[in-house]
Formats: sequence, structure tokens, C-alpha cells
Amino acid sequence: MSKSTIKVALIGNPNVGKTSVFNQLTGLNQQVGNYPGITVEKKQGISKLSESVKAKIIDLPGTYSLNASSIDENVVIELLLNKNDEDFPDVAVVVSEVENIKRNLLLFTQIKDLEIPTILVINMADRMSLKGIEFDIPVLERELKTKIALVSSRKKTGISDLKELILNYESLSTEPCLHASVIDPDYFNNLRRAFPNQLLYKLWLVITQDVNFLNLERNEIKSSFTKSHSDLKRLQQKETIKRYQFINDTLKIGQKIDITKASDLRAKLDRILTHKVFGYLIFFSILLLIFQSIFDWSTIPMEFIDETFTSLSAYTKNHLPSGEFTNLLSEGIIPGISGIVIFIPQIAFLFLFISVLEESGYMSRVVFLMDKIMRRFGLSGKSIVPLISGTACAIPAIMGARNIENWKERLITILVTPFTTCSARLPVYAILISLIIPEERVFGFLSLQGLTLMLLYLIGFGMAVLSATILNYFLKLNCKSYFVIEMPSYKVPMFKNVALNVIEKTKAFVTGAGKIILALSIILWFLGSHGPSKKFDNAEAIVATELKQNNTSIDTEILENKINSYKLEHSYIGILGKTIEPVIQPLGYDWKIGIAVVSSFAAREVFVGTLATIYNVGNHSDEEVTIKNRMAAEVHPETGKKVFNFASGISLLLFYAFAMQCMSTIAIVKKETNSWKWPLLQFIFMSGFAYVTALVAYQILK
Amino acid sequence: MEKNLSDLKKGERAYISEINVDEIPLKLLEMGCLPGNFIELIQIAPLGDPFYFNINDSHVAIRKETAKQIIVTLEITI
Repeated sequence: MSKSTIKVALIGNPNVGKTSVFNQLTGLNQQVGNYPGITVEKKQGISKLSESVKAKIIDLPGTYSLNASSIDENVVIELLLNKNDEDFPDVAVVVSEVENIKRNLLLFTQIKDLEIPTILVINMADRMSLKGIEFDIPVLERELKTKIALVSSRKKTGISDLKELILNYESLSTEPCLHASVIDPDYFNNLRRAFPNQLLYKLWLVITQDVNFLNLERNEIKSSFTKSHSDLKRLQQKETIKRYQFINDTLKIGQKIDITKASDLRAKLDRILTHKVFGYLIFFSILLLIFQSIFDWSTIPMEFIDETFTSLSAYTKNHLPSGEFTNLLSEGIIPGISGIVIFIPQIAFLFLFISVLEESGYMSRVVFLMDKIMRRFGLSGKSIVPLISGTACAIPAIMGARNIENWKERLITILVTPFTTCSARLPVYAILISLIIPEERVFGFLSLQGLTLMLLYLIGFGMAVLSATILNYFLKLNCKSYFVIEMPSYKVPMFKNVALNVIEKTKAFVTGAGKIILALSIILWFLGSHGPSKKFDNAEAIVATELKQNNTSIDTEILENKINSYKLEHSYIGILGKTIEPVIQPLGYDWKIGIAVVSSFAAREVFVGTLATIYNVGNHSDEEVTIKNRMAAEVHPETGKKVFNFASGISLLLFYAFAMQCMSTIAIVKKETNSWKWPLLQFIFMSGFAYVTALVAYQILK
Repeated sequence: MEKNLSDLKKGERAYISEINVDEIPLKLLEMGCLPGNFIELIQIAPLGDPFYFNINDSHVAIRKETAKQIIVTLEITI
């Protein structure tokens, strides 16, 4: 009897194109979530195998073996050891690739030892002739006791063969390729006698790994069969050697390599890309290109979005029946949403660049180039990946620090990554820069505004590095400094992979931030359009009496503005803003900016939306005015000076560059470091530093 | 001729003869860094560390201090 839904687990080393195979199998039919309780990304998708049978495919995190060294890798083992898990696969698909088949087979033989039906995919089959590699598939299938699908996810071949194999998974052999027990027969015999009903290899994994496995059972096994750490490692080494012997023997008869045919593009490219001069030149040019393009290329769609939302807001106000709901929509929700939608272009560009750098294999070379330099600051070469992807968002970046082997280097990376300029800072920077920096070009082509933005990015990196140095000095942790990084072969990034990645990340970002912004803008709108006292309710009368006393007559438009600003001042938000004013006044901000800064502690990108909402509430004219124009027009009621002038603008830029204003980041740091101590320290240090620098900057510049 | 892996020159090929299991991460063993396997130094990073090897067809970079834990025998060139 075959089922209508077959559960499939995709397993494989990093950099073998596992995700491409997943994308080919599932198309757009995929969803991304988290494993319960932990922040490891869980990718699932549905693939149609035949008219009546579907496959539910899980793309498991990449791993080199079943000996886990990170929580991502733990996920793989925990699933494969737990038959009761709802995702426990009917069939495992191990994805390997043509060039690294030897190493990929190590993982394959381990999974075979768990007696799970297993299919072997040899991906990147289109590279075989290029590399002079040939496989004798029937021989390999016989030796490895499996079925093999030769797939090229790039050329889109072999996927139907793979689907066919999944469909017929019940005919696969579950016999192991070799038995781990050969490494220490006595020990394993005792183990077998003590637990006759358990799979030997499973017991062995439970003993050697630190995974969640039915706790009671685990303690029982551990107590009588535990060995010293060093002994276990020796046995694991023995196991690895045995497996490689088997693999070498198998490949000797199942694989032919013609070295003369192999063209080594990797070696040639590596000579240039890791060169002591060109290597760094190329890396920094790429960075420059990214930043210059984000500011220059994204302005066009961004202006378009800004104008669209402004007219939408005006349209709603004019065409819907007036009342509380229309006000909420046109003054609260629409400006709030526009504050997030507006920077989709910039985020998309950032994720695009990052995913191209990762997909092409270039990122590993950067790690290699930067390791020695980064170590001087207490970081690892691998910290460069979080620091660069932190320019998109600190949350995935901090999770990306998981593959740093040394705990101290990892902790420092986690603590300093939020200093890098994330995309949530971009809209704040973008609007402030356009207000205070003239639109001029240096040397005729470099935009001054673009350069300012680049400078802010550099300040962010600089601060990250500086605080890493300080932390490195003060943190006294003794850790073994392991550092192993694979240098994958270069690949032209696949459009589908990059596009899916950009869409998925942007979507997650917009919905995540969107929820906060939507909620905040509704709250802010309410607080801004309601007040506690009679002063608020009788604003019209009070303003009119005041005018009468001074004997001044003014036209209705100015009168209306006066009434509105009087109202805003006596609304809840006005009262709140006035209360915090003494704290933020030395930095050069008025109470409206103060409200925006405070609400930004939920998430930075709220800044523009908050100001948009506050200004909208205070302005009941029907004219279409963009947020930027409104900010530019804002003057201080007493001094008559522009609110957003050079001094207050720089002060704000510096505040946003340094302050820890992101709840989600605090939450993720708490999860990753498993304590409140680090995120709290981080919050106090970053925000305190931000306040002081903003204060000094304003006082000097004003 | 035996020498420390960290003393290998760029482009030199050798066979791994001995490794200090306690000081080497398991991950590196799994990538094929095991006695008997061949190893080639492809590149040394600009500041003298880390080292980039081809170990048993795996392209891997490790730090000098890890490389010091590995003894290799140079391939005899005729």
C-alpha cells in the first residue's frame, strides 16, 4: 500500500546545491518557518510526484556528518533519531555533488547505518565532463545499496528521475553499507546485549552527541556506557577512517577521473581573488559598488512609492465619508505602512547582493582573506559574514554567527554585529541625509549624499571593530580556537535561488516590521488625536479667545493650523513628548522627534512612519505633501529655526548609528547567548554611547 | 621527508602521516584530514595565516595553529 503523501528529508553537506534541488522539486510551493523553540530556519515544500501522490519535502540544514557541532546540525540528528517525530522521513534524500563525492558519501553512509531508506543524488552532473569525472552508476548503486539520481539543478535534468525514485521508495534497501561496530567490537557487543531492541548506530549517536533524545533513555544509556571525551573522539576518528576506507574502495571501482581533462577554474580564480593586493582591492570595490548602488539605484522606486502613498492617503481622506475610521486610515495606517513599504527596494538590493556573494562561493574567500585581520580584534574571519549580512538585518546575521567554532569569537561577533548599518536604519538615514546634505556631486560622478551614507556604514563597521577590541580585552574566556572553513568551487549564482531568497527575506522582513509599525501607528494616531483635558476638546475656542485678546485678525488657514498645533500639544502624545523633552533637548530634538526616537526603540524603521503620523495628525489640509517636504518645512515654534538643520540632523544620524533600538535583536541575542546578561549589557552600552555622541555632536555643531 | 604541515610551501603536495586528535576538530577529520590522505597547500592568506589546503579533494582553510598539529610526509618527486 502506498501513501498519498510521502515524507522526504533532504540532507547534505553545505555548498552542494541542496537548496537548488529543493527549489526544483517544490517550485514556489514552499514555506519557511522555525523549528519549535529554536531559531533554526525550517524549510518545507510540497512536490507533486504523480497524479495521486505528493511528497512533503523538508530541506534540513546543511551538515558534514551526523556528529553535530551546532544547533542547526542538531536539528538533523534529532529528526533522524526520533521515529515519533511527525516529520520523520519515509525516505532520506542525500544530496552530494560531482566534485566532492568522497566527503559527501561520509554523511551518506552514516544515514544508511540508521536503516532509513536513502536515495543518493549526485548534483551538478553538468560539470562531469568539465572535471573529467565519470561514474559507473550500477556499480555505485550495488556497493552503496541505494538508488542514484544524477541531477543537474542548473540544467534542470534528472529531477523527474529523482521523483520517480521517491515514488518507489519502498523498494529501497535499508541495509547499512558498513557497521560502525567494527571500530570496537567488544564495546558494541555489550551495547547490543544491554539494548537488544535498539539500533546500534542510533545508540552510538546518542552516546556521542549532545542531542535531545528521550531523556530517560539517554541517561540510562549514558550511565553504563560512557567513555572519556578523548576516548570517544578516538573512536569517532576510527569510525571516520573506516568509512573513508569503504568509500575509497567503492569509488575505486565506481568512479573514473581523467585529470588531464580537468580544467581548474577554482585555482585560477583563487590566485586572483585571494591575492595579497588584488584580493583586498576586489573585495573593497565590491563593497563600494553595493553601497553606491543602494543609494543611487533605489531612489527611483522609492520616490515613486512615497508619492503613491501620499496621494492614496489624500484620496482616502477626500473620498471616504469623514469620521474617526477615515482619519485612522488616512492619518494612521496608510502613512505607517508607507514608512515600511518605501524601503523594500533597498532591502531587496541588499539581500540580492548578499545572496549572490554567498551563492557564488566568494564569501568564503573573504573569510579567508580577513581572518588574520579580524583576529586582531578578537573576531574570526567568519565574523565577516555576520558583519556584512548585518547590513541587511542583524537578526539573521546574529544567527549566522553560529558557525564560528570559538565561543569567545562568536560572543563578540554577536555583541558587535548590531553596530553595522542594518536596512532598518536606511530609511532614517535616507530621509535625514536628503534633508541636510546638498544634492551635489564630487568629481562629477560620486554623489555627496551617497558618500555620506557610505561614511555612516564605515562608522558602523568602525564602531563594531572598536567595541570588539574592547570586549576582547575585557572578556576572560578560555576557548580553543578552531577554525575550519570550506572553500567551495565557484558557481554562477542561479537566478531562481537568488530570486526566491530575496523574495522570502524581503517578505519576512516587511511582514515582521509591518506588524509592529501598523500597531504603533494606530496607537500613535489615537494618542495624537485624543487628549485628556478640556484644553484639547476646546482647542478652537481657546485659540480664538487668545487671538481676540491680542486683537489680531488672521486668515482662516493660519487659524486652522494654530488650532491643530494647539490640539497636538495638548493630546496624550503631546503631553508625553513634553515630558521627555528635557532629556532629548540637549541633543537638538523637539518633542515630536523625541516621540519618534522613543517609539524607534521597538524598531528603528518606525521613525519615519511615526513622524509621518504625527505630522499628518497635526495637519488637516487636503494638500498632497510628501513626508520629506513636511519634515523640511517644520520650524521650531519659538526660535523659528528649521527643526531638521545640520546640527540636529547629524546628531540624529549618530544616535541611530549607535543606539540599540530593536526589540527583535535583543530577543535573538538573548536566545543565542542563553542569558539576559549579554543583551542588557549590549543595550546599555550601545544606547548610552549613542546618547553621548549625539549630545557632543549637537553641542559642537549648533 | 617528514615535516609540520605549517611548514609546507605553496604548491607542495604531501601525505598526512600523523595527527594530534585531541587538538583537531572532528569536522576537519570528517573532511578527510586523516593519516594516509594527500594534502596540497594551495594558498597562504596575505598575512601569513590561515592556510588553504586541498585535503583529499576537500578545499578547506584552517589556521596555522591547527596546521601545526598535523605531520606530513612530502611526496617524492622524481
